[in-house]
Amino acid sequence: MMFRSLSIFAAVLAAPALAQQVSPPAALAPPAPAPTEEGGLSGSVSDESDWQDLGIAIPSFATDADVATQTSAGSTAALGRSVAQIITADLKNNGLFKPVGPDALPQPGFTQIQSPDFASWKTRSAEMLVQGYVRAASDGQLTVGCYLYDVALSQQLAKAGWTVVPGEWRRAAHKCADMVYARLSGESPFFDSKVAYIAETGPKNRRMKRLAIMDSDGANHRYLTTGQATALTPRYSPDYKSIMYLSYLNGNPRIYAYDLASASQRLITQSRNPTFAPRWSPDGKWVLYSMATGGNTDIYRISAAGGGTPIKLTDGPGIDIGGSFSPDGSKIVFESDRSGSQQVYVMNADGSGQRRISFFGGRAATPEWSPRGDQIAFTYIGGNFRIAVMSPSGGDLRYLTDSWQDEAPTWSPNGRIVQFFRTARGSGRTGIWQVDLTGRNERRLATPVDGSDPAWGPVRP
Amino acid sequence: MSPNSRLGTTVMVLLASAALSACASKAPKQLPPDPGAAVATDTTPGAMQGPAPGSQADFAATLMGQDTILFDTDQFNIDSADMAALTAQAQWLQKYPGKNATIEGHCDERGTRDYNLALGERRANAAKNYLVSLGVDAARVSTVSYGKERPAAMGSDEASWARNRRSVTVTID
Repeated sequence: MMFRSLSIFAAVLAAPALAQQVSPPAALAPPAPAPTEEGGLSGSVSDESDWQDLGIAIPSFATDADVATQTSAGSTAALGRSVAQIITADLKNNGLFKPVGPDALPQPGFTQIQSPDFASWKTRSAEMLVQGYVRAASDGQLTVGCYLYDVALSQQLAKAGWTVVPGEWRRAAHKCADMVYARLSGESPFFDSKVAYIAETGPKNRRMKRLAIMDSDGANHRYLTTGQATALTPRYSPDYKSIMYLSYLNGNPRIYAYDLASASQRLITQSRNPTFAPRWSPDGKWVLYSMATGGNTDIYRISAAGGGTPIKLTDGPGIDIGGSFSPDGSKIVFESDRSGSQQVYVMNADGSGQRRISFFGGRAATPEWSPRGDQIAFTYIGGNFRIAVMSPSGGDLRYLTDSWQDEAPTWSPNGRIVQFFRTARGSGRTGIWQVDLTGRNERRLATPVDGSDPAWGPVRP
Repeated sequence: MSPNSRLGTTVMVLLASAALSACASKAPKQLPPDPGAAVATDTTPGAMQGPAPGSQADFAATLMGQDTILFDTDQFNIDSADMAALTAQAQWLQKYPGKNATIEGHCDERGTRDYNLALGERRANAAKNYLVSLGVDAARVSTVSYGKERPAAMGSDEASWARNRRSVTVTID
């Protein structure tokens, strides 16, 4: 893949009528809340009912000339409709706002994109209006413009544009949905992101498990391994260039770094011991892995670039495993059974200052630090397995799900949504689910086959 | 491969050889009307002698289910029943000093994936350490954890989970 050449050029947009500078959406949105240092502060779960009820009209994006494109969506006019549908689906599927898509709306003309017919939109009880256009350049690249209007105020709230190669046209729609979401909610964007997970097929005792990737909305799904060797627990690198995962290649469970551009992989450490639970640091420079020696598992840190001596972060009898960096990289939350059962601990990134933070009934496993820093998601084990969150100091326990077996939370890039996988009792069938930090909008993600071990990557630049 | 299916195979092999030896002892007293192809196929010399000595099939047949030891929830200690099974395994391994073995560690489905991988490794090592304490060369025994990936019993109930918390010793042919 040609990530660099495919990268989206923000603020390249020339408006249909007159060219002008466009601010990137991030500049228009209020800054995300600063990461809260641990100190027992309660999680910042704002009541979102005000903006959640906003009605948003998203008609087909217009085009100056309906010409063929190299995209799967067809001509620029068809593409304009698909872009509006993707934006609508992004918002609707995540329970955000009350969007109405292009199938139920009149289609504005190209000249109306910058001067909407506010009077007619007011009669449709639309409070917000998302309009845009698609234009094809002679070299095949596509420019997508995106405008957000407040209908009642007859006022433009935000605009942005992106130029993409045909194969990445869906990203422009996700960027537009991100602009709308960030401007109206005050939260950070998250739609233009990807998920790595394990695709599962076959009977319970002989599951075929393949490494797979997809966009945050399930599109552009791709299998990366054949299933001949069982694959488990992937983690996308922050730059999306590689994935670390566990493979039983050659019979023993060990962590490999899979390079997406070359479709090649390498062991992250040459030790013959089994290695589990790969984790990236937020800056992509470090990797955590857990390695068993004589049955005793400890957490190690190594340079992501390869080479260098692994640094052993935990030492002692028991299983110390997993690990998730705080957003600033200074601390690591991890799991240990040194007290007799699985519990959650925090340590400094060099392994010093280890202390337990989970003190409630039951066990606590698979902690993941929120990208916002103010919450730790984990698997609560007490009878059933539930997804729960707590503060970095171990307070404010809240359950987000209640099912027979939900495990392995992974955060959306903006820390508002937790993805996890759910296993069905008896059959062992699995599926990837997600739920808001509020515990609302629980839903299953559509995947071609069963899915587990989701790992959500950051928003793409 | 589950211990059950392996045990099942063993039982079938034993029954088959018993039946065949019965046939063989009676055969001289009766004139076979026809040298039946089916009978001839089944009475190969190999089948008459059972599993080749020192093979995995021989190990499984000898151990009679004691290739598998079971663990309590989240535990990896070796109890007295496990000791008897591991002693039988060690005796076979000492009888065939040229053979190596792999101990597979497994967990039930009621654990998180990473932890179960580590726990399976711990169980396999506990079994290995006991074999080594009985005099088996540590270099002959390797371990591999399958966590909760390869259940032997398919149910989601206590009985199934109890069967799945196990280590299984497999010799390398």
